[in-house]
Amino acid sequence: MKYMLETTRDEIRVFLSGELDHHASRPLREQVDKAVERGKPRLLRLDFADLTFMDSSGIGLIMGRYRLMKITGGKLLLTGVTDRIFQMMRMAGLEKLDIGLSPPGGDSGTGC
Amino acid sequence: MKHQNEMKLSFPSQSANEGFARAAVAAFVSQLNPPVDELVDIRTAVSEAVTNCILHAYPDTCGMITLTVWLYPNGKTIIKVTDRGRGIDNLDKALEPLFTTGGEERSGLGFSVMQSFSDKLRVKSNPGKGTIVLIEKMIGNR
Repeated sequence: MKYMLETTRDEIRVFLSGELDHHASRPLREQVDKAVERGKPRLLRLDFADLTFMDSSGIGLIMGRYRLMKITGGKLLLTGVTDRIFQMMRMAGLEKLDIGLSPPGGDSGTGC
Repeated sequence: MKHQNEMKLSFPSQSANEGFARAAVAAFVSQLNPPVDELVDIRTAVSEAVTNCILHAYPDTCGMITLTVWLYPNGKTIIKVTDRGRGIDNLDKALEPLFTTGGEERSGLGFSVMQSFSDKLRVKSNPGKGTIVLIEKMIGNR
């Protein structure tokens, strides 16, 4: 699992690649949370386009970052979500929450 | 029907082994030439089962996890995940979607994902002694 953090004035982008499982999620979460708590961005964007594998640990990661963004007053946007990831999101009822979804690489701001 | 091939693998409950476990099972099952989707289903189900062992069977200790895989001539694949950890006190509750004792960072979807990405899921648990998870999946449309 690799990731890249990109920070602008009011947005933090996290580009994930490789395999996201329980083992990978802890260090990732710590880095993302540190950046969010420091920058208090308006938008946190998680990009899944280059992931080759994700299990329900990734859903836990999304849920936790959604909560964090609620607390810090920003929004969560997910890009590059595959059918399989969306299927797991639905199992968790995440499609009902105020989480933006947009295609990979898109630059559509706050999403739909 | 008798199985045509079989493998068994044991490793300690370290999270670094989650990736190893799903890769090993996928490599073994690959001899059936599974469609990519079915192989991802299997990798995901194995990852969930092994993660459960690491987080819940052996929460404060390190114990052994054993994977056994049987392949049948008709494409049926059975994966058994065994631990000798603390077991599950309330299995009904554990199988409920979104129920978790794993804290805020866990989705509580492990068993739901195993269920929806396999054809049949059986869980036997003996509190204090361990848990056996059996994941059954038909490979290809044979």
